[in-house]
Amino acid sequence: MRVSFRWTGLLRHLVLIAGAGIMLLPFLYMVGTSFKPHAFVMELPPTFIPTNPTLDNYIDAFTSNRFGLYFLNSAIVATSSTVVTVLLSALLAYAFARFEFPGRSLLYYLMLGTLMVPSLVLLIPQFVLARDLHLLDSRLGLIVVYSAAAPFNMLLLRGFFEEIPQDLLDASMMDGSGPFQTFWHIALPLAKPALAAVSIFAFLGSWDEFTWAFTAITDQAKYTLPIAIRLFQQQHGTQWGLVFAASTIAVLPTILVFILFQRHFIRGVMSGAVKG
Amino acid sequence: MQSSASPAVPSGATRRAFGRSRRARQMMIAYLFILPGTFLFVVWTLYPLLDAFRMSFYEWNLIKPSTFIGLDNYRRALHDDVFWRSVRNTLFYVVVTVPGQMILGLAIALLLDSPLRGRTLYRTIYYIPVVTSWVVVSLIFTFLFNSQAGFVNWVLKDGLGVIDQNIRWLRDPLMARIVIAILGVWKGVGWTMVIFLAGLQSIPQSLYEAATVDGAGTWRRLRDITLPLIRNTALFILVILTIGAFQVFISVFIMTADDPLNRNDVVLTYMYSNAFEFLDLGYGAAIAYMLAALVFLLSVVQIRVLKRKVEY
Repeated sequence: MRVSFRWTGLLRHLVLIAGAGIMLLPFLYMVGTSFKPHAFVMELPPTFIPTNPTLDNYIDAFTSNRFGLYFLNSAIVATSSTVVTVLLSALLAYAFARFEFPGRSLLYYLMLGTLMVPSLVLLIPQFVLARDLHLLDSRLGLIVVYSAAAPFNMLLLRGFFEEIPQDLLDASMMDGSGPFQTFWHIALPLAKPALAAVSIFAFLGSWDEFTWAFTAITDQAKYTLPIAIRLFQQQHGTQWGLVFAASTIAVLPTILVFILFQRHFIRGVMSGAVKG
Repeated sequence: MQSSASPAVPSGATRRAFGRSRRARQMMIAYLFILPGTFLFVVWTLYPLLDAFRMSFYEWNLIKPSTFIGLDNYRRALHDDVFWRSVRNTLFYVVVTVPGQMILGLAIALLLDSPLRGRTLYRTIYYIPVVTSWVVVSLIFTFLFNSQAGFVNWVLKDGLGVIDQNIRWLRDPLMARIVIAILGVWKGVGWTMVIFLAGLQSIPQSLYEAATVDGAGTWRRLRDITLPLIRNTALFILVILTIGAFQVFISVFIMTADDPLNRNDVVLTYMYSNAFEFLDLGYGAAIAYMLAALVFLLSVVQIRVLKRKVEY
């Protein structure tokens, strides 16, 4: 019995390690390739650790390809839209959890219902609308559309605000705080874990967003990372070393954020069941 | 929902005296809270949703003034062979990736469901592709599945010797569809695993203990306890994955960009090229709406059909 148990344990590890290899291998190959000189990118047999490593691709990305600018654009857009999304979704969630008002359930079910709508269905009218409002080709246009995901995050936060004991909020109101102070000083701090999860989802969502940015932005000075990387692929016969140097830098923050906040992340996925 | 939302109210007497004005005040406050988020929602989600529906009845191309053409865009799609090919390609993706992710995700979750050294590490590793940008993983797979000097061809030909000639992965329509589906499963399996794990952890340990005492082996415990009890989790995953798979876009857009004939178009890439390459926005909107309707219907049907069985 004991022996067979050990054997199944070993077998489990072997299968899981093989699977983990398949999950990680493409990333390792990407990173390895990003350090290869252009002439060796396609070398066979394939190597994960370059025989003659170079930083050329990274230097090339930042000097001749304005990669720093694209990185900055992405950082600005992702940070701003995360702040706006989290704030607006918290306000919405608090109102749905704590107040009665006419139209409450209608609005709630409208927001819930539109989650089923494929986001690309909205792409064409959003494009026309952004053109009419002169929001094409602008970072603001990206921030606004990314922040429109607030109702989705509201659903994740609502439960947290419902669980706050009414006494706590009453006490704050008795002390003479208005509803906004109570929200800001009492409710928000209590919802911190949920806010952390929502912030991560919102940030990663904007950081990785491709389709709207690709459609709305034509001026290269306003490119974000995903569309810049795609540009590198299309330019002069795909310099894979350059593409993967850029990809490595773009992916690094997401993987770091994920590993650092893993607990929040997995809990958020399990409870709210969000697809990342 | 209703009871927990009762606003802060002082004692009974003041309540009656100031009830009406208080309530009006509460309402005002509530509206102030929801105003900014609702404004964005109405302008950038609700209005575009209705506008897309309207546009689907117009010949609409950004340059000429648009004209109402009734159901012509929809009629045109039904007789459009390229549209039907894109539907078939999308169905292929759905039929391969949804069961693929569910079976593999469940298998990994079962392997991780009991105490095991390095459990968190495995979970983290399997989840990394889920959080990585679609653009980046699509480019990595394009590179790995290169038709000549690609990594996968090298492994299959020189490494394992299972093929004599390089496979023209992304240049061959069937192979391209397979590679895109492999990417979809690889990227999504970590999510499916995490949700299945949540479902598995909600099964009381005592059930397994009782079954073991009764002499049930691993396989019987899996069939008679685990599978029936994670049915709702599986249903949830099935719905979410199906909705997601019908919306496959970025991977196809990036990986098959150099195919001049667009033989690998899925519904949304076909919608995209109609709208933004040929500037036929009305036709694009009609295609998008048909997809949205299909996705909506499917999720309703899935929930209905599977719920009935669970009740029994």
